[in-house]
Amino acid sequence: MIAMLAAGVPTTLVHLSAVDLAIIAFYFLLVLAIGFYLKRFANTGEDFFLAGREMTAWVAGLAFVSANLGSLELLGWAGSAYQYGILAAHWYWIGAIPAMVFLGIVMMPFYYISKTHSVPGYLQLRYGSAASGLSAVTFAVMTILMSGVNMYAMAVVMKVVLGWDLNFSIIVSSVTVGIYVAAGGLFSAIFNEVLQFFLIWFGALLIPILGLIETGGWRGMVARIQQNFPGQDFTHMWATTNSFSSNPMGIHWTAIVFGLGAVQSMGYWTTDFLVVQRVLSARDIRSAKMAPIIGSFFKMAVPLIVILPGLLGLAVLPMHLVPNAPNLPLGQHSYNEVLPLMLARYCGPGLLGLGITALVAGFMAGMAGNVSAFATVWTYDIYRPFLRKNAPDSHYVSMGRWCTMIGLFVSVGTAYLAMNFASIMDYVQALFGFFIAPLFGTVLLGMLWKRVTKAAGFWGLLAGTLSSVTMFLLMQGKFPLEDAASRTRWIGMFALSPQAKGLAQDMYQALWSCVTCVVVTVLVTLVTKPKPDEELKGLVYSLTEVAHEEHTSILHRPLFWGIAALAVLAILQVVFW
Amino acid sequence: MSEKHHIIPVWFFVGVLFLVYGCIILASGLVAWVHDAGDPPTPVLANLHAPVWWGALLVALGFIYCAKFYPKREAD
Repeated sequence: MIAMLAAGVPTTLVHLSAVDLAIIAFYFLLVLAIGFYLKRFANTGEDFFLAGREMTAWVAGLAFVSANLGSLELLGWAGSAYQYGILAAHWYWIGAIPAMVFLGIVMMPFYYISKTHSVPGYLQLRYGSAASGLSAVTFAVMTILMSGVNMYAMAVVMKVVLGWDLNFSIIVSSVTVGIYVAAGGLFSAIFNEVLQFFLIWFGALLIPILGLIETGGWRGMVARIQQNFPGQDFTHMWATTNSFSSNPMGIHWTAIVFGLGAVQSMGYWTTDFLVVQRVLSARDIRSAKMAPIIGSFFKMAVPLIVILPGLLGLAVLPMHLVPNAPNLPLGQHSYNEVLPLMLARYCGPGLLGLGITALVAGFMAGMAGNVSAFATVWTYDIYRPFLRKNAPDSHYVSMGRWCTMIGLFVSVGTAYLAMNFASIMDYVQALFGFFIAPLFGTVLLGMLWKRVTKAAGFWGLLAGTLSSVTMFLLMQGKFPLEDAASRTRWIGMFALSPQAKGLAQDMYQALWSCVTCVVVTVLVTLVTKPKPDEELKGLVYSLTEVAHEEHTSILHRPLFWGIAALAVLAILQVVFW
Repeated sequence: MSEKHHIIPVWFFVGVLFLVYGCIILASGLVAWVHDAGDPPTPVLANLHAPVWWGALLVALGFIYCAKFYPKREAD
């Protein structure tokens, strides 16, 4: 996406006034001041890497959902809403809410009771060094690459939207993030994510409000879309998904339910340490269980500021946006520019600065989240177990600060690499997806079935990951001697139809890689020796005492709010069916 | 938010952000309303003067957050 943007528009979309620049400058000053202020509190390993484990459920919940609310996602999904219509909202609803509730109710007790610092840390306790090492190394590499991609994405968006120099954006953003994360650790990252959450809401919420006023409400918007794009359905979530060819996304409901809802989203929201780390910072187990459930309500509302602006773009923009492509002619804009275009449409001086600051904050919070997660996994899951085991706590804090800065240097290198080899960005984003779905199978089996063995955990994870890579290469036609016909055949085999498009392929790839992981894990388990029960206490469902909530009022029970979140989700599906 | 460290709550910083941004946006909106009344508006629906009421909303929220989470009250 970003590579296409970089090669695209030769003129800037918006022009900032002095008021807008003042708003942006104040944001940078505030986050740096917060970083310096928090430095005095980040002295121990638990402070620096887990924010002292003293966040309330609300702060941890907002940081949890905010870690996924980066600008790359906002711009990309608003563009997807313009391209595919309301189908894109599946990634915010069925593709997030059940997984968040599942994390809070089922998985969080194990993460929290085991007192692990990270997801690879849980694997270390449950499966030993092999599975943990595989997960930690892949996560560390992917996280730092993603940070670089995020950095480059921000620089490109700032160039396209504002005309800013790429080097200027990369240097200013990386230095700022480096200073405040190295100073305050996860404290800083979480504070910044909460600020970013409010900035994004108040920077973007005016677009749907003014858009709906302009179109005369939802029905007026739908009528205008039908007028602008006759014969196409952009406003139904399920009605058009009974075949691959009857909707603009080329997706079938089975891919949405089983691929996205049951595997891909579960993998991301329950095992991606970037988001799980925020919940691990909660001050007690009830807060840790409530945090993702609180986050789920906010997540359900995000389509209001992401999907709705994309739909409003279909209704009100005078031009038709086009697929992302290099060297777009003057005056043409790609799908991914719909959010800045809508911002420029409704927001004058001041409000424009607020919207741009929200985008900048989103990018920087994304970088900070990646770098802080990298520092934790490197220090606790690679450096401590494999390189230096029994150093004092202060040594590990110092290592965390150093690898925050080193991680940012590597990210800057990745950003410049992406600048010169644009296709790297697509591969990095694809690579990240390879590990998520199999990891979910490994972690979930480990939590629910005490018989699963160390060897089974490692081989299941490895097999699932390799199967994911293989399917990706086959469906992308990347193997030597593979022609277009055989590529179509592979898509038909893995994604159940040759007409399945990119997102549908991704969902089936996730589903089959998780199935592969589970099958291999079960088979290896049956022929290897399990761990004794004493070593699995606090790690496995049948051997863990989870505090009961009979004496808690119903309004304070995570289960009650989890069911409420699922009920609201069901109502939304019916309303937008 | 913090029991061990007595850190200023993040909500106070959210309040400061809202208050400063609200003041800037409200002021620029009022200036634009007074001085550009006769000019053709650039953004769509500029006649609704969104910066004025959005800025006022931010000021109100910022004031509430700053007052409720002012650090001295945490220390008490």
